[in-house]
Amino acid sequence: MLKKRKLKRDANMTSLKVALMGNPNSGKSTLFNALTGMNQQTGNYPGVTVEKRTGETVINDEAGKSAFISLLDLPGTYSIYPKSLDEEVCFKVLCDNTDEDHPDAVLIVADATNLRRSLFLTTQVIDLGLPCVLVMNMMDFARLRGLEIDAAKLSDLLGIPVVATNARKKVGIDTLRKVILNEFHKPSKTFLEISNFAPGEMIKTVQGMFPGETAYGAFQLINNETGISHFESIPFHKVEIKKLITKFHFEKHKIQSEETIARYKAINEVIKECVVINEEEKKKSLTARIDKILTHKTWGYLFFLVILFVIFQSIFLIAKYPMNAIEFCFVKISEFGQNVLPPGELSSLLIDGILAGLSGVAVFVPQIALLFAFIAILEDTGYMARASFLMDKLMRPLGLNGRSVIPLMSGMACAVPAIMGTRTIPNWKERLTTIMVTPLMSCSARLPVYTLLIALVIPSTHNYGYFNLQGLVLMGLYLLGFISALAAAFVIKLLVKSKEKSYFMMEMPLYRVPKLSGIGLTIYQKSFIFLRDAGKVILAISVILWVMASHGPPSKMKAAETAYNNPDSAKKYTPQQIQGFVAMGKLKESYAGNAGQWIEPVIKPLGFDWKIGIALITSFAAREVFVGTMATLYSAQGANNNLSIREKMADAINPETGKKEYTAAVGFSLMLFYAFAMQCMSTLAVVYRETKSIKWPIIQFFYMGGLAWLASFLVYTLAK
Amino acid sequence: MSAAICTLDKLKPGESGSIVSFNDEENALKFMEMGCTPGEIVLMDSYAPLGDPLAIIVSGYKLSLRKSEAAYINIERIQ
Repeated sequence: MLKKRKLKRDANMTSLKVALMGNPNSGKSTLFNALTGMNQQTGNYPGVTVEKRTGETVINDEAGKSAFISLLDLPGTYSIYPKSLDEEVCFKVLCDNTDEDHPDAVLIVADATNLRRSLFLTTQVIDLGLPCVLVMNMMDFARLRGLEIDAAKLSDLLGIPVVATNARKKVGIDTLRKVILNEFHKPSKTFLEISNFAPGEMIKTVQGMFPGETAYGAFQLINNETGISHFESIPFHKVEIKKLITKFHFEKHKIQSEETIARYKAINEVIKECVVINEEEKKKSLTARIDKILTHKTWGYLFFLVILFVIFQSIFLIAKYPMNAIEFCFVKISEFGQNVLPPGELSSLLIDGILAGLSGVAVFVPQIALLFAFIAILEDTGYMARASFLMDKLMRPLGLNGRSVIPLMSGMACAVPAIMGTRTIPNWKERLTTIMVTPLMSCSARLPVYTLLIALVIPSTHNYGYFNLQGLVLMGLYLLGFISALAAAFVIKLLVKSKEKSYFMMEMPLYRVPKLSGIGLTIYQKSFIFLRDAGKVILAISVILWVMASHGPPSKMKAAETAYNNPDSAKKYTPQQIQGFVAMGKLKESYAGNAGQWIEPVIKPLGFDWKIGIALITSFAAREVFVGTMATLYSAQGANNNLSIREKMADAINPETGKKEYTAAVGFSLMLFYAFAMQCMSTLAVVYRETKSIKWPIIQFFYMGGLAWLASFLVYTLAK
Repeated sequence: MSAAICTLDKLKPGESGSIVSFNDEENALKFMEMGCTPGEIVLMDSYAPLGDPLAIIVSGYKLSLRKSEAAYINIERIQ
């Protein structure tokens, strides 16, 4: 694991809280990475599930001045008027100076190829009066388009320092650091006088309530009082401001429109003065040429399918090698443990409980890392927006939005961040539908279960040319998830009524070569979060399960232990066989066995026995726990610990029929159950948080559970 | 130069126009925030393969929006 460099913070250093703002796709995250390196933390803003990234850096100069900078990466936004939850977070952090994240200064990242639109946000922040610096990013792209930007003049016109950078190539970063250290100051002028649009007396009165507030800041505080859904509005002088709103007939939309038009007019003047367009160099851009193919009516969809296909084939083929290596290591550690540790409760807990559970998580890190890598690449290159563009018309009849494609596809990694990602869908019904169906997409937690079951029931030797049968079945399961998500969306569309308008408008960013270090960081952060979060749950469950599986009502356990303690059995079976039978008998009488047997009547029609029943119960914590549970159960049952869990399950014999326990019918029935069932506490919790209602997670749990039972029942009955 | 007012969704790929006004106050602010202000020149770039949404070039970048959204924007066609 990569080690974090601990930053030293001397007493004589100044501390500065800096917020990073900018339009989506302006290279804000790349700049954030370039400034903070590995010193990053991710979390949430208090009360809402918007991801919050913070980082630290120390800046020194030759003169011996130094500062400790805490950098806050705010969500990408086009203006400070809040319309979505992401934008509300920006608004709150900037405009409420009692907020714990309220910055001392702001770095505004502008996309140099999109200067006009970037300056809209920039000048709004300038008018709030916070010290700020404009970072003009992607200067190389601007030059390619024949744009010459006079940064000195721009700085002069805006009244704030302007630094040109190319964050991807780390050009200009040192200059920026020096500017942060020495040149942060309040903007030397106001860009647009808001009193020309809003009642001046009203603004003055509000400024009087908040000493030091700029006119524009006061205007935003009034806007805030006219209603923001997700936050408590800023808790001062609420009543007085409300009175003023009525008194002055404050019309928010009208004033905002007028302000926007005037602001853009002023920005056009600025651009006229400091941007030169060299027409000769302007050639048909590479992006336009790529778009011709990728949004083509045939090639576009074909490419989309090929991308999906490549992702799932490579997850199987490439991830196989590191997975085998990790599996091998755990088998060796377990062998070593058995040889070294004295036999008894403690070593049994360590090896059969903790180690068996942990290996179940660790082994799937390669696949999860690969999947997150692919998704990061799709987003980084700008392809995700094209996928939305291609799919919007197909999604709309289903009650979804082209933007639903991104959460749905991210749902293949994990439904939790995907559901958080639905915040970019402005229409509530479309957003709710996306939230309700995203968990049907095959997430990475199902991958361990699928991988195990596919390897168990489908021979790896079946290859059709380049296609591997196991890979095809996996792709089929992913397709099934996708199709059922769409079908469920359609049903929801028919059931939920809404009058709210749906809208799609989105930027199609320039195509870019993905930045490897950024993707590396994403993989590291996501895999680490998976290991940490899933690992914690799985470790706890493994221990509980080990206790439940190795203990039971004492009298019954004793009976199971002595059941084969007679001369008859000794003649019929070898001592090893008897050992196996006893272990199995004890497992059946244990607390875990009791729980499994309790739900057995419900799952018997699906081909599941009480052992799978135990795994289904524990899987509710998280699906991948299935693998760990099976590992723990078969270890407790006394199977040969030097085999992998797949080999243990493949060897398992049904004591009633004498045949293999995991037939193809059972395997497929299990796969379908995991494809449909809502077995994830974290997802349910996130759905609750995002919908602010207990109703939706409950509906989700039952509709998905019902689907799972039906599908498994059908396939088991037919395949038996 | 002949001037003709129509809505943005009536443009064919390669045609352009200058924004005159909006038919919907609620959406107007969203359009303007994204750079579609009155007077701006928009170029119809392309339609999605299924005919909707569409993509325009406005103030130097590509913006995609649905036909129904484009119908809120009144433009003066530039020949």
